[in-house]
Amino acid sequence: MITLGDYLIVSGILFAIGFAGVMLRRNLIVILMSLELMLNAANLSLVAFSRFQVQQSGLPNYNAQVFVFFIITVAAAEVAVGLAILVALYRARQTTDVKDITSLKF
Amino acid sequence: MSPFLFWPFALLMLMFGAAVVVNRNPVASALSLVVSFLGLAALFMSLDAYFIGIIQVLVYAGAVMVLFLFIIMLLDLRAEEGRQVSWLALIGGIAVALALLAQILYVIRNLKSAQQPFPPLASSTFDDVHNVGLLLFGSYNLPFQIIGILVLVATIGVVLLSKREPR
Repeated sequence: MITLGDYLIVSGILFAIGFAGVMLRRNLIVILMSLELMLNAANLSLVAFSRFQVQQSGLPNYNAQVFVFFIITVAAAEVAVGLAILVALYRARQTTDVKDITSLKF
Repeated sequence: MSPFLFWPFALLMLMFGAAVVVNRNPVASALSLVVSFLGLAALFMSLDAYFIGIIQVLVYAGAVMVLFLFIIMLLDLRAEEGRQVSWLALIGGIAVALALLAQILYVIRNLKSAQQPFPPLASSTFDDVHNVGLLLFGSYNLPFQIIGILVLVATIGVVLLSKREPR
Protein backbone atom coordinates (compact mmCIF):
# COMPACT_ATOMS: atom_id res chain seq x y z
CA MET A 1 0.00 0.00 0.00
CA ILE A 2 1.30 3.41 -0.93
CA THR A 3 1.49 5.75 2.04
CA LEU A 4 1.76 9.51 2.36
CA GLY A 5 5.45 9.08 3.15
CA ASP A 6 6.17 7.55 -0.27
CA TYR A 7 4.81 10.59 -2.06
CA LEU A 8 6.73 12.89 0.30
CA ILE A 9 9.98 10.98 -0.29
CA VAL A 10 9.54 11.19 -4.08
CA SER A 11 8.81 14.89 -3.71
CA GLY A 12 11.90 15.37 -1.54
CA ILE A 13 14.15 13.56 -4.04
CA LEU A 14 12.76 15.69 -6.88
CA PHE A 15 13.44 18.85 -4.85
CA ALA A 16 17.01 17.71 -4.17
CA ILE A 17 17.55 17.03 -7.91
CA GLY A 18 16.33 20.54 -8.74
CA PHE A 19 18.48 22.03 -5.99
CA ALA A 20 21.55 20.17 -7.30
CA GLY A 21 20.77 21.52 -10.76
CA VAL A 22 20.69 25.09 -9.50
CA MET A 23 23.94 24.56 -7.59
CA LEU A 24 25.88 22.67 -10.28
CA ARG A 25 24.82 23.90 -13.69
CA ARG A 26 26.18 27.12 -15.19
CA ASN A 27 23.78 27.47 -18.10
CA LEU A 28 21.04 29.93 -17.13
CA ILE A 29 18.33 28.08 -19.08
CA VAL A 30 19.07 24.81 -17.28
CA ILE A 31 19.04 26.69 -13.95
CA LEU A 32 15.54 27.97 -14.78
CA MET A 33 14.44 24.40 -15.62
CA SER A 34 15.80 23.18 -12.28
CA LEU A 35 13.80 25.92 -10.54
CA GLU A 36 10.70 24.49 -12.23
CA LEU A 37 11.58 21.04 -10.87
CA MET A 38 11.77 22.45 -7.33
CA LEU A 39 8.40 24.21 -7.67
CA ASN A 40 6.84 20.99 -8.94
CA ALA A 41 8.24 19.03 -6.01
CA ALA A 42 6.44 21.47 -3.69
CA ASN A 43 3.25 20.99 -5.74
CA LEU A 44 3.48 17.21 -5.40
CA SER A 45 3.70 17.30 -1.61
CA LEU A 46 0.84 19.84 -1.44
CA VAL A 47 -1.43 17.58 -3.51
CA ALA A 48 -0.41 14.53 -1.43
CA PHE A 49 -1.37 16.37 1.78
CA SER A 50 -4.61 17.50 0.13
CA ARG A 51 -5.53 13.87 -0.63
CA PHE A 52 -4.42 12.72 2.83
CA GLN A 53 -6.60 15.19 4.74
CA VAL A 54 -10.05 13.93 3.77
CA GLN A 55 -12.73 16.20 5.18
CA GLN A 56 -16.09 15.44 6.80
CA SER A 57 -17.84 15.38 3.42
CA GLY A 58 -15.48 12.65 2.21
CA LEU A 59 -13.75 14.96 -0.26
CA PRO A 60 -10.04 15.87 -0.29
CA ASN A 61 -9.02 19.25 1.07
CA TYR A 62 -9.33 21.43 -1.99
CA ASN A 63 -7.59 24.42 -0.38
CA ALA A 64 -4.22 22.84 -1.21
CA GLN A 65 -5.26 22.28 -4.83
CA VAL A 66 -6.23 25.95 -5.18
CA PHE A 67 -2.80 26.77 -3.75
CA VAL A 68 -1.16 24.52 -6.36
CA PHE A 69 -3.17 26.31 -9.06
CA PHE A 70 -1.74 29.64 -7.87
CA ILE A 71 1.81 28.22 -7.77
CA ILE A 72 1.50 26.94 -11.36
CA THR A 73 0.25 30.34 -12.54
CA VAL A 74 3.01 32.28 -10.79
CA ALA A 75 5.63 29.79 -12.05
CA ALA A 76 4.47 30.25 -15.64
CA ALA A 77 4.70 34.05 -15.28
CA GLU A 78 8.12 33.68 -13.65
CA VAL A 79 9.44 31.54 -16.52
CA ALA A 80 8.21 34.07 -19.09
CA VAL A 81 9.89 36.99 -17.31
CA GLY A 82 13.06 34.99 -16.62
CA LEU A 83 13.44 33.98 -20.25
CA ALA A 84 12.84 37.59 -21.39
CA ILE A 85 15.62 38.73 -19.04
CA LEU A 86 17.79 35.95 -20.49
CA VAL A 87 17.17 37.20 -24.03
CA ALA A 88 18.00 40.77 -23.01
CA LEU A 89 21.17 39.53 -21.29
CA TYR A 90 22.16 37.53 -24.36
CA ARG A 91 21.75 40.64 -26.53
CA ALA A 92 24.04 42.61 -24.22
CA ARG A 93 26.69 39.94 -23.46
CA GLN A 94 26.29 37.10 -26.01
CA THR A 95 26.42 34.49 -23.24
CA THR A 96 24.09 32.45 -21.04
CA ASP A 97 26.83 31.15 -18.78
CA VAL A 98 26.76 32.40 -15.20
CA LYS A 99 30.57 32.24 -15.07
CA ASP A 100 30.76 35.02 -17.66
CA ILE A 101 28.42 37.38 -15.82
CA THR A 102 30.71 38.75 -13.15
CA SER A 103 30.10 42.52 -13.22
CA LEU A 104 29.07 42.55 -9.56
CA LYS A 105 31.93 40.32 -8.44
CA PHE A 106 34.41 42.02 -6.13
CA MET B 1 -2.94 4.38 -5.83
CA SER B 2 -1.79 0.95 -6.82
CA PRO B 3 1.96 0.40 -6.24
CA PHE B 4 2.17 -1.00 -9.78
CA LEU B 5 1.26 2.43 -11.10
CA PHE B 6 2.94 4.60 -8.47
CA TRP B 7 6.51 3.31 -8.63
CA PRO B 8 6.93 3.24 -12.46
CA PHE B 9 5.66 6.79 -12.81
CA ALA B 10 7.68 8.01 -9.82
CA LEU B 11 10.85 6.39 -11.18
CA LEU B 12 10.17 7.78 -14.67
CA MET B 13 9.74 11.27 -13.24
CA LEU B 14 12.88 11.08 -11.08
CA MET B 15 15.05 9.58 -13.84
CA PHE B 16 14.11 12.22 -16.38
CA GLY B 17 14.36 14.90 -13.70
CA ALA B 18 17.95 13.78 -13.12
CA ALA B 19 18.49 13.77 -16.89
CA VAL B 20 17.54 17.48 -16.95
CA VAL B 21 20.47 18.22 -14.66
CA VAL B 22 22.96 15.75 -16.18
CA ASN B 23 22.45 16.46 -19.89
CA ARG B 24 24.95 18.85 -21.44
CA ASN B 25 22.69 19.78 -24.34
CA PRO B 26 19.92 22.28 -23.37
CA VAL B 27 17.49 20.81 -25.93
CA ALA B 28 17.87 17.34 -24.38
CA SER B 29 17.31 18.91 -20.94
CA ALA B 30 14.10 20.57 -22.10
CA LEU B 31 12.74 17.37 -23.64
CA SER B 32 13.61 15.41 -20.48
CA LEU B 33 11.71 18.04 -18.51
CA VAL B 34 8.58 17.33 -20.61
CA VAL B 35 8.70 13.61 -19.78
CA SER B 36 9.32 14.41 -16.11
CA PHE B 37 6.27 16.69 -16.01
CA LEU B 38 4.10 14.07 -17.71
CA GLY B 39 5.11 11.55 -15.02
CA LEU B 40 4.27 14.15 -12.38
CA ALA B 41 0.83 14.69 -13.96
CA ALA B 42 0.24 10.94 -13.70
CA LEU B 43 1.13 11.11 -9.99
CA PHE B 44 -1.34 13.99 -9.52
CA MET B 45 -4.07 11.91 -11.15
CA SER B 46 -3.21 8.96 -8.89
CA LEU B 47 -3.94 11.33 -5.99
CA ASP B 48 -7.45 12.02 -7.43
CA ALA B 49 -6.42 15.57 -8.41
CA TYR B 50 -7.58 15.39 -12.04
CA PHE B 51 -7.84 19.14 -12.50
CA ILE B 52 -4.29 19.76 -11.31
CA GLY B 53 -3.00 16.90 -13.48
CA ILE B 54 -4.60 18.31 -16.62
CA ILE B 55 -3.43 21.86 -15.78
CA GLN B 56 0.07 20.43 -15.34
CA VAL B 57 0.02 18.92 -18.84
CA LEU B 58 -1.52 22.00 -20.45
CA VAL B 59 0.62 24.66 -18.77
CA TYR B 60 3.98 22.92 -18.25
CA ALA B 61 4.21 20.27 -20.96
CA GLY B 62 2.46 22.65 -23.36
CA ALA B 63 3.15 26.31 -22.82
CA VAL B 64 6.28 26.49 -20.65
CA MET B 65 8.13 23.83 -22.66
CA VAL B 66 7.38 25.58 -25.96
CA LEU B 67 8.74 28.77 -24.40
CA PHE B 68 11.96 27.03 -23.30
CA LEU B 69 12.51 25.34 -26.67
CA PHE B 70 11.72 28.56 -28.52
CA ILE B 71 14.30 30.51 -26.51
CA ILE B 72 16.91 27.76 -27.00
CA MET B 73 16.27 27.93 -30.76
CA LEU B 74 16.28 31.74 -30.78
CA LEU B 75 19.62 31.99 -28.99
CA ASP B 76 21.01 29.02 -30.95
CA LEU B 77 22.54 27.43 -27.84
CA ARG B 78 24.87 24.49 -28.33
CA ALA B 79 25.97 21.83 -25.90
CA GLU B 80 28.59 23.10 -23.50
CA GLU B 81 31.92 21.69 -24.52
CA GLY B 82 35.53 22.31 -23.69
CA ARG B 83 34.82 24.01 -20.40
CA GLN B 84 36.76 22.32 -17.67
CA VAL B 85 34.72 21.00 -14.75
CA SER B 86 35.68 22.34 -11.36
CA TRP B 87 35.80 19.21 -9.22
CA LEU B 88 35.64 21.16 -5.96
CA ALA B 89 32.44 22.93 -7.03
CA LEU B 90 30.97 19.65 -8.32
CA ILE B 91 31.65 17.74 -5.09
CA GLY B 92 30.51 20.69 -2.98
CA GLY B 93 27.22 21.05 -4.86
CA ILE B 94 26.43 17.34 -4.68
CA ALA B 95 27.31 17.29 -0.96
CA VAL B 96 24.98 20.23 -0.21
CA ALA B 97 22.14 18.63 -2.21
CA LEU B 98 22.65 15.29 -0.42
CA ALA B 99 22.65 17.04 2.97
CA LEU B 100 19.34 18.70 2.05
CA LEU B 101 17.92 15.34 0.96
CA ALA B 102 19.06 13.72 4.20
CA GLN B 103 17.32 16.41 6.23
CA ILE B 104 14.09 16.01 4.23
CA LEU B 105 14.16 12.22 4.67
CA TYR B 106 14.83 12.62 8.40
CA VAL B 107 11.80 14.88 8.79
CA ILE B 108 9.57 12.48 6.82
CA ARG B 109 10.79 9.51 8.87
CA ASN B 110 9.80 11.28 12.08
CA LEU B 111 6.40 12.34 10.74
CA LYS B 112 3.80 10.04 12.32
CA SER B 113 1.13 10.42 9.65
CA ALA B 114 3.63 9.54 6.90
CA GLN B 115 3.30 5.82 7.69
CA GLN B 116 -0.50 5.78 7.34
CA PRO B 117 -2.21 4.91 4.05
CA PHE B 118 -4.54 7.41 2.41
CA PRO B 119 -8.10 7.41 3.79
CA PRO B 120 -10.79 6.43 1.29
CA LEU B 121 -12.88 9.08 -0.44
CA ALA B 122 -16.65 9.16 -0.01
CA SER B 123 -17.64 9.10 -3.65
CA SER B 124 -16.22 9.62 -7.09
CA THR B 125 -14.28 12.88 -7.32
CA PHE B 126 -14.43 13.25 -11.08
CA ASP B 127 -16.18 16.61 -10.58
CA ASP B 128 -13.22 18.10 -8.76
CA VAL B 129 -13.07 20.90 -11.35
CA HIS B 130 -16.46 21.95 -9.95
CA ASN B 131 -15.19 21.89 -6.36
CA VAL B 132 -11.92 23.68 -7.11
CA GLY B 133 -13.80 26.29 -9.15
CA LEU B 134 -16.29 26.95 -6.33
CA LEU B 135 -13.42 27.54 -3.91
CA LEU B 136 -11.45 29.61 -6.43
CA PHE B 137 -14.29 32.00 -7.23
CA GLY B 138 -15.65 32.00 -3.68
CA SER B 139 -13.18 32.12 -0.80
CA TYR B 140 -10.15 32.82 -3.00
CA ASN B 141 -11.71 35.44 -5.23
CA LEU B 142 -9.35 38.27 -4.26
CA PRO B 143 -6.14 36.22 -4.73
CA PHE B 144 -7.55 35.09 -8.07
CA GLN B 145 -7.96 38.71 -9.20
CA ILE B 146 -4.45 39.52 -7.97
CA ILE B 147 -3.09 36.59 -10.01
CA GLY B 148 -4.83 38.10 -13.04
CA ILE B 149 -3.07 41.42 -12.45
CA LEU B 150 0.24 39.56 -11.98
CA VAL B 151 -0.10 37.78 -15.31
CA LEU B 152 -0.93 41.10 -17.00
CA VAL B 153 2.12 42.77 -15.45
CA ALA B 154 4.31 39.82 -16.49
CA THR B 155 3.02 40.04 -20.07
CA ILE B 156 3.74 43.77 -20.32
CA GLY B 157 7.12 43.28 -18.64
CA VAL B 158 8.14 40.55 -21.10
CA VAL B 159 7.19 42.74 -24.07
CA LEU B 160 9.15 45.67 -22.63
CA LEU B 161 12.19 43.53 -21.77
CA SER B 162 12.46 41.85 -25.14
CA LYS B 163 11.84 44.99 -27.23
CA ARG B 164 14.88 46.22 -29.09
CA GLU B 165 16.20 49.62 -28.02
CA PRO B 166 15.90 52.17 -30.80
CA ARG B 167 19.31 53.47 -31.73
